[in-house]
Amino acid sequence: MAEVTLDADRLGIRGLNAALHAVPAGAHVRVLNPRGRHNLAVGLRERIAVDFAGPCGHYLGGLGACAEITVWGPVGRGVGENLMSGGIRVRGDAGGGAAAAARGGTIVVAGDCGSVAGIGLAGGTLAIAGNAGPYCGRAARSGVILVCGDADVGLGDALGDAVIYVGGRIAGLGDGALAAEPDENDLTAAKLIAATCGFDHVDPENLTKVTSVRYRPRLLSGRRAAGRPPVPGRLSAASA
Amino acid sequence: MSHTFPPHVIAEIQERARLGRYGVRGRGAARRLPGFDDLLLLPAAAATRDGAARRGPCRTETVLGTRYARNPVVLELPVTLAGMAYGSISPGAKEALGRAATMAGTAATTGDGGMTPQERDAAKTLVYQLTPSRHGVDPDDLRAADAVEIVLGQGAHPGPGGLLPGEKLRPRVARRRGVPPGVDLRAPADHPDWAGPDGLAVKIAEIREATFWRVPVFVKLGAARVAEDVTLAVTAGADVVVVDGMQGGTGGGEEVLIEHTGLPTLAAVRIAADTLAELGVRGEVQLVVSGGIRTGADVAKALALGADAVSVGVAALIALGCNSSSDDTGADVTADYRALGTAPGACTACHTGGCPVGIATQDDVLADRLDPDLGAERVANYLRAITAEAALLAAACGHASVHDLRRDDLVALTVEAAAMARVPLAGTTWIPGLPSGPGGG
Repeated sequence: MAEVTLDADRLGIRGLNAALHAVPAGAHVRVLNPRGRHNLAVGLRERIAVDFAGPCGHYLGGLGACAEITVWGPVGRGVGENLMSGGIRVRGDAGGGAAAAARGGTIVVAGDCGSVAGIGLAGGTLAIAGNAGPYCGRAARSGVILVCGDADVGLGDALGDAVIYVGGRIAGLGDGALAAEPDENDLTAAKLIAATCGFDHVDPENLTKVTSVRYRPRLLSGRRAAGRPPVPGRLSAASA
Repeated sequence: MSHTFPPHVIAEIQERARLGRYGVRGRGAARRLPGFDDLLLLPAAAATRDGAARRGPCRTETVLGTRYARNPVVLELPVTLAGMAYGSISPGAKEALGRAATMAGTAATTGDGGMTPQERDAAKTLVYQLTPSRHGVDPDDLRAADAVEIVLGQGAHPGPGGLLPGEKLRPRVARRRGVPPGVDLRAPADHPDWAGPDGLAVKIAEIREATFWRVPVFVKLGAARVAEDVTLAVTAGADVVVVDGMQGGTGGGEEVLIEHTGLPTLAAVRIAADTLAELGVRGEVQLVVSGGIRTGADVAKALALGADAVSVGVAALIALGCNSSSDDTGADVTADYRALGTAPGACTACHTGGCPVGIATQDDVLADRLDPDLGAERVANYLRAITAEAALLAAACGHASVHDLRRDDLVALTVEAAAMARVPLAGTTWIPGLPSGPGGG
């Protein structure tokens, strides 16, 4: 495996990203001095391993696929935004919107996450070792979110087909979210995620499962809708 | 008859009383609004005639995205095709629009729900929309596009997102969007991963990194607080600002929002152009205006008010066959309009998925009623015709390029239009709302 060291101070954001895109598949890259810069390792397409030796800013690893990224420190907003595959491991806290609209891959946060973690998640896995801020899993369409610690208010607001597991306390469920007892499949999934992420501090047997009540508001579709019976529920809530 | 409770208002109240919900429909605002028809262009008169400018054809070439992108979008026309969602219109309609854009020398735009391979193949120049729902967003598609348009709002409903009823969410559309088929979808108002001006700046930078600073980044706004929003977009680093007025269409939206929110395009274009000038970025950041653009006269007037290009959506669909009484097989489909409670020429039932001419549908049988080859030809003809009209008007005003049209080529027919467009009322030097002085009252 090729070993490459890049210095973010010397290359800057644009230069560093260009260098990462030029690294051949299979290489291991160590990035020095990221110093909280935004938009690092964006849009990667190759199976490379990238270690950031310090904090990173917003959108770390966003719009990417295949790469395995580790950050030795906290990250800003939108880590792994629209990730397609691969993995991102944050050895610290993550800002708001972690894994926003991610469609695949695994994002592991060793600390806490800010607000709207997993918002619009459309596949893949978000695993949080610590606590999740308000509105975690908002409008998440598919995929899995594991929160080992506590979840703040609005958990699963406007949730779609995604599933959320919470190990700690839930301050409040969001609109359309429902707390349920996990079944055998949930237990298997949670165990697998915890093991993959190296989370030995959470007991998969004692998780709360949060899903969507999945009501389907009907729209007033002109004349064709005139004969439809009204369906209970608030049309004002997001259904995606 | 009561002006407060005319028959159509009574019917609406009765319908809401029966169903307990509000109305949803397609298209843009139908109410009477001050618009481009309320302006006139002043041809070059003896005092202003420039013989040099009037020789040779009037140029229409348009370049968008010259601020930061390595490859700006170069078009033969000042008219682009607006974004339309995959799910809202059929794959054949998207393909036809892409092909038409290529035939005419302009750009097509994707929409909510992502890019289809057919669309990419058909359109030589394709703008990729990044919408708040992020449905179907694929970084590979993003990189395959010629420009990226971050959608912050839509003129038909500038606050909330649009609606995609379950009837149109067929399995192939649902798969691309990553949602279960058959559910009613409401697009969110906000992007999931950022909030506020600083967030937009970082988001734009992310898109630039993901596309290697190759393609321009457009920011599309629904016309509401135009000066503030344009300032935000420019400050955040947009190459192109797209302002969509309230006459802009939608595949499905709440009627109360469509008719009662936003700003008319006429007001929006003037405010946006003035804001770019105040920020000192005219010529550096391009302005694209959409929302009820129909004719070459509308194009010319929008350019005269400060737009660098316009975008057409509903008009392009009408050129494609929307609201026709017959489909591309030659069959009369009037009965199908009637089944939707409407008629050819008056249909706004895009949201039902039952489009009689195969455009705003995901039903394969209905979609077959549109021939993408014939449709593309009609749309390309339309684009060429309105561009020729705009060029004719620009030449009549003494200009060698449609981009030389300027605000003092315009006068207004109504006080309202004069105030919104900040041009004099015809036959006067009075611009309502401006202090006395040159051009003012």
